[in-house]
Amino acid sequence: MPVNATLSQLSDWSYGSAAAIYLLAMILFLVEQAFGRKGREAAERAGAGRDGSAVAAAGGGEPPEGPASTTASTAATMAASAAESRRRGRAERFGSMGVAVMVLGMLLHLAALVFRGWSTGRAPWGNMYEFLMVLCFAAVVTWLVVISRHAVRHLSVFVLLPVVLLLFLGGTLLYSTAVPVQPALQSYWLVIHVSTVAAASGVFLVPGVASVLYLFHSAHQRDPARFASLVRRLPSKEQLDRVAYRVTVFAFPVFTFGVIAGAIWAESAWGRFWGWDPKETVAFITWVIYAAYLHARATAGWRGDRAAMINIAGFAVVVFNLFFINLVVAGLHSYAQVD
Amino acid sequence: MTTGGDGGPAARERTYRDTPVRRMLAFARNTWRGLTSMRVALILLFLLALAAFPGAVLPQRMVDDSAVSRYIDDYGWWGRLLDRLQFFDVYGSVWFSAIYLLLLVSLVGCLVPRSAEYVRSMRAKPVLTPRNLARMPHHRAGELRADPDSVIARAHDRLARWRRVERTEQDGARTISAERGYLRETGNLVFHFALLGLIIAFAVGHMYKYEGQVIVHADGSEFCNSGIYAFDTFNAGLNVDGTGLTPFCVRVNDFEADYLPNGQPDNYRADIEYQSGDDLRDGTWRPYDLQVNHPLRTEGDRVYLLGHGFAPEFTVTFPDGQQRTKATQWRPNDQVTLLSDGATKFDPPGVTDAAERRSSQIAITGLFAPTAHFNGKILTSSAPDLEDPAVAVDVMRGDLGIDSGYGQSIFEIDEKMVEQDRLERVARENLRVGEEIELDDGTRISFDGVQRWASLQVSHDPTQGWVLAFAIVMLVGLAASLIVKRRRLWIRVSPSGDGGAGSLVHVGGLARTDQAGYGEEFTRLAADLLEDTGGERDARNGSERNRS
Repeated sequence: MPVNATLSQLSDWSYGSAAAIYLLAMILFLVEQAFGRKGREAAERAGAGRDGSAVAAAGGGEPPEGPASTTASTAATMAASAAESRRRGRAERFGSMGVAVMVLGMLLHLAALVFRGWSTGRAPWGNMYEFLMVLCFAAVVTWLVVISRHAVRHLSVFVLLPVVLLLFLGGTLLYSTAVPVQPALQSYWLVIHVSTVAAASGVFLVPGVASVLYLFHSAHQRDPARFASLVRRLPSKEQLDRVAYRVTVFAFPVFTFGVIAGAIWAESAWGRFWGWDPKETVAFITWVIYAAYLHARATAGWRGDRAAMINIAGFAVVVFNLFFINLVVAGLHSYAQVD
Repeated sequence: MTTGGDGGPAARERTYRDTPVRRMLAFARNTWRGLTSMRVALILLFLLALAAFPGAVLPQRMVDDSAVSRYIDDYGWWGRLLDRLQFFDVYGSVWFSAIYLLLLVSLVGCLVPRSAEYVRSMRAKPVLTPRNLARMPHHRAGELRADPDSVIARAHDRLARWRRVERTEQDGARTISAERGYLRETGNLVFHFALLGLIIAFAVGHMYKYEGQVIVHADGSEFCNSGIYAFDTFNAGLNVDGTGLTPFCVRVNDFEADYLPNGQPDNYRADIEYQSGDDLRDGTWRPYDLQVNHPLRTEGDRVYLLGHGFAPEFTVTFPDGQQRTKATQWRPNDQVTLLSDGATKFDPPGVTDAAERRSSQIAITGLFAPTAHFNGKILTSSAPDLEDPAVAVDVMRGDLGIDSGYGQSIFEIDEKMVEQDRLERVARENLRVGEEIELDDGTRISFDGVQRWASLQVSHDPTQGWVLAFAIVMLVGLAASLIVKRRRLWIRVSPSGDGGAGSLVHVGGLARTDQAGYGEEFTRLAADLLEDTGGERDARNGSERNRS
């Protein structure tokens, strides 16, 4: 099937624009970060009800028992938030603009994928450039879902930073022109296996970032002088831990499914379902590490910092698998096609 | 998993009777407790990840034996040390096996008590209602006009899908304890048992599986899965001795490769026929279109199309007029352009004296290009498609060393023979199809044409279906154990109002798993339970608190 050059050109343009727009969103979020600490605190308090958490903590002390005190405290909270909403105004607005711009970038990102697939007449994840594109897309979508449920919007810049970096690497060093794939990849398993693995890898980025921030928080707690200005802007450790756990719990079965799908495909393409190809081995290691994370979070003495470190190690292995194994080690998964 | 033993009971025993037997028992018990503790399981998981790692960055014997030899040659003592420590055979090494066996023991040691606990908890009634429901993370209270009986009856209806038990307390208050989400632990156990099953099926498969590769010319040549000798290479599990392979035969009639204009392969297909089972007796051949992602599956074995290549056909006309024609497979040394190398070897016909034969054997060795491109006299290939084939060959004459007793590669001549001057080059030429070389003794060598060959793999793994089944069960169990939340709900109803006609209702909730998300469900449930069928009488209904 011939490649439609116009569509592939459109895909490239969308890709570049998406990256630029993410950069713009980052700047907006940075503005919110820089000027909106008070506003962010207020937003957290307002958003906490939605999240079903931290209301009692914010109230500070015994929860109101009688009807009279409830009404009084509600009224007080409302008055306080009204006053704060005037103060937070501008920074808050920058944050919402950031989200809107991020959604726009996500749509362009989607367009880049769709045009790429349309131009080549196949699923748009047949080489490393396209794989990274899917991975980053999954990370952005995951983050948009996370900020709709948790009051962590002001952390967007920490997620967008690796996304923009990866998109930049993909668009420059790893770029490859739109072409059909070789016979070994011509299978519907390409759609199933690669999409789930790329998506899960992208989703894993979010808990990785949350866990890094968690460790900053811990370091600050051990020595209040360290990272004080950063940690002031972070939500509670519990919040970060909850985001990391929830997202990992979603991504882990998806990743497991992707690996199983890969094994089924390998059985029909390479003659065995598992052969310790370097990529398979590192996928196995990734799986074991995230399994360890889930166990650590249920083990006394391993929650908190250690669990966060394991989660970071998991994402580090994902990145290692993506770059080192694709580009340095020769194996059956050598589809990077870097020009 | 169980938590680690602290050695407390053992220490107490020692104070009154310290016998060697008791000490042994205590040691065994503590070892077992340690091994089955979550902490040790976690450490073993890390060790497993760490131990698997060298296999990803170092060449492995089971994947590419020649890469291992190259590595050892390149790195000298370091390579030999790694070899001795089994780093080129990671997944069969003592240390890797030790880790996963310990992990298996740990898994079993954790699953057994946990299964027993699971059975107990499935039989147990939901726990007593706590005295003060206001202390629960989720709590709501209200005063309803309906009498306690109808409130309780409605609660039973609303909690129909919960496991629940109704109790009456001393002061006359009636309570329901309800619990839901047992599927979480079910999924958890199912996942771990399926994991165990998968590992066992995988291990058994390794004992009984085999894999053989063979090159078959695509001119109607046949291959039969009758024994190890039929293959070029053969790898098998410990319990395969090479007899009793599944009988079937494959005949390769044609091979086609399609390429895109830029030389990228688009499609490979081999037109084959096969016979297996009853067909072997009555001689029926069934056609099959063998492609890269579409193996032939027959009688539990699979036949794969792994690769392809070319076999240049040469005819040697000896001075006495006798002709010999051969098309030996040459191997592609560039997967993009399929530039191939090889050696086609001839014995002089009609020579019975061994010494004379050894002085006049002929080998045609060099390069083959499917689409020839000459840089001066240097042959390269510009495309993998068979457009304009040419060879650049050295003709060697003398002793090929075939009688030496050493095996030699079908693709190469024995360089030792050249070094010892027992084999010498008598011509070097570039040939297109139809062209020929004449040697000094009048022998003529012509390049007649090109045949294609397909590289096939036969695979047999009796347990792979089991592995897949366990993997699917694992995935289902995993999803259940991560999505379902174990949660509890209590409702206490005591009579209130004038003569006990109304009810004072407290609802409390607790999610037993650490992630939140129970809040919304609880709010919905509590609202339903506290709905006053006769209209609200008191503002107390607003007392609400959710804490995760």
